[in-house]
Amino acid sequence: MFEDLSFSLEGGSALVVTGANGIGKSSLLRTLAGLVPLAQGSIRLEGGAPDTPPQEHIHYFGHQDAVKPALSALENLQFWRNFCAAAHGSGFSGDPMEPLKAFDILGIEHTAQLPAAFLSAGQKRRLSLCRLLVTPRPVWLMDEPTAALDRVSESQLLDLMNAHLAAGGLIVTATHSDLALEKTLNLHLQTGDAADLPLEDAPQ
Amino acid sequence: MSTWAIVLFQRDLRLSVRVGGSALVGVLFFLAVVTVIPFGVGPDLNLLSRIGPAILWIGALLATLLGLDRLFQADRDDGTIDLMLMAGRPLELVVLIKCLAHWVATGLPLVVAAPLLGVFLNLEPAAMAAVTLTLLVGTPALTLIGAIGAALTVTLRRGGLLLAVLVVPLAIPVLIFGVSSADAAIHDPVPFLTPFLILCALSLIAAVIGPIASAAALRFAAD
Repeated sequence: MFEDLSFSLEGGSALVVTGANGIGKSSLLRTLAGLVPLAQGSIRLEGGAPDTPPQEHIHYFGHQDAVKPALSALENLQFWRNFCAAAHGSGFSGDPMEPLKAFDILGIEHTAQLPAAFLSAGQKRRLSLCRLLVTPRPVWLMDEPTAALDRVSESQLLDLMNAHLAAGGLIVTATHSDLALEKTLNLHLQTGDAADLPLEDAPQ
Repeated sequence: MSTWAIVLFQRDLRLSVRVGGSALVGVLFFLAVVTVIPFGVGPDLNLLSRIGPAILWIGALLATLLGLDRLFQADRDDGTIDLMLMAGRPLELVVLIKCLAHWVATGLPLVVAAPLLGVFLNLEPAAMAAVTLTLLVGTPALTLIGAIGAALTVTLRRGGLLLAVLVVPLAIPVLIFGVSSADAAIHDPVPFLTPFLILCALSLIAAVIGPIASAAALRFAAD
């Protein structure tokens, strides 16, 4: 699927993956998440917990929200908080957040006791985002993180992403919109016939 | 048992109770199968009490198959399986706990309903107790074997029918020893314990093979 693709990312920086529809941004993220097996090559995470595969240091925030409509918003979040193992890495200082505080930050505290079926698409997305806050993991893979979010929650999301970077975390995100992140690299995916190098460094 | 396992069990149980009343539907289907057979074979009470254990077992098998397709499908549709793969918990144990919760929600009600349905089939009290006991130890095997089929068909939109075709042949040994130990309890010379212990062994084997095979299938289905 990918040819000559290689990049490395250090703690506290984000990689923004861009490219046309269907070029493989989501596939790249799913590969990094360990959900698609590698045909060749390797993914390494330095400074992680020993004997733990890289994907257990990763939060994957994809198109699907993994929100159960029959459970309340709080029950959904509490399940993931208790089920998902936290991971720590050297240089990463993320702390677990209380579920209600995460709700508060993302502005959905009034929906905590509601069945998730009553939540709008954007609210479900924010509920799914809370999952990343209650269990600290150093790497966030975010596929179109701003989809279905309004402007206010988009800026909240950016604040959260910047806070994660400031704590020494990594973010790899596929997006079409401009994200004002602190320290980013860009990875532009193209079809094979283009001779350009796919990786370009863009400071700031 | 660690917290995550209890949390997963509670969540799955809560979901199956809240969504569509799966326990009730299973029991009603069981009732439908068991009541329809006497219409087919005629009102011969001796015949009914002779084939009663077999009818109850086949009814339980079909009712178990009914709910199996949702075992992993719902979690795959909303991306939960992806996150479970990354959660840092052994997937085999996750599958085992999901099966356990599924059995408590759908299999256990069948066991509870079996004595009542036994009355419809003119079963003796001893036969009723025997069938209920064999269903209690045998239906977990049906769920665990069915989990393999559910995991294999998880990517298919309408996998329910294929699931039944895959699972029924694998469930035959459970059916044979379930019915034969129930029969052995009714007819004196045959020992009850021999087929019953083999049935227990089948459940234990299924508890090992089912989760391992299902977890492998789910990992494969993730990409």
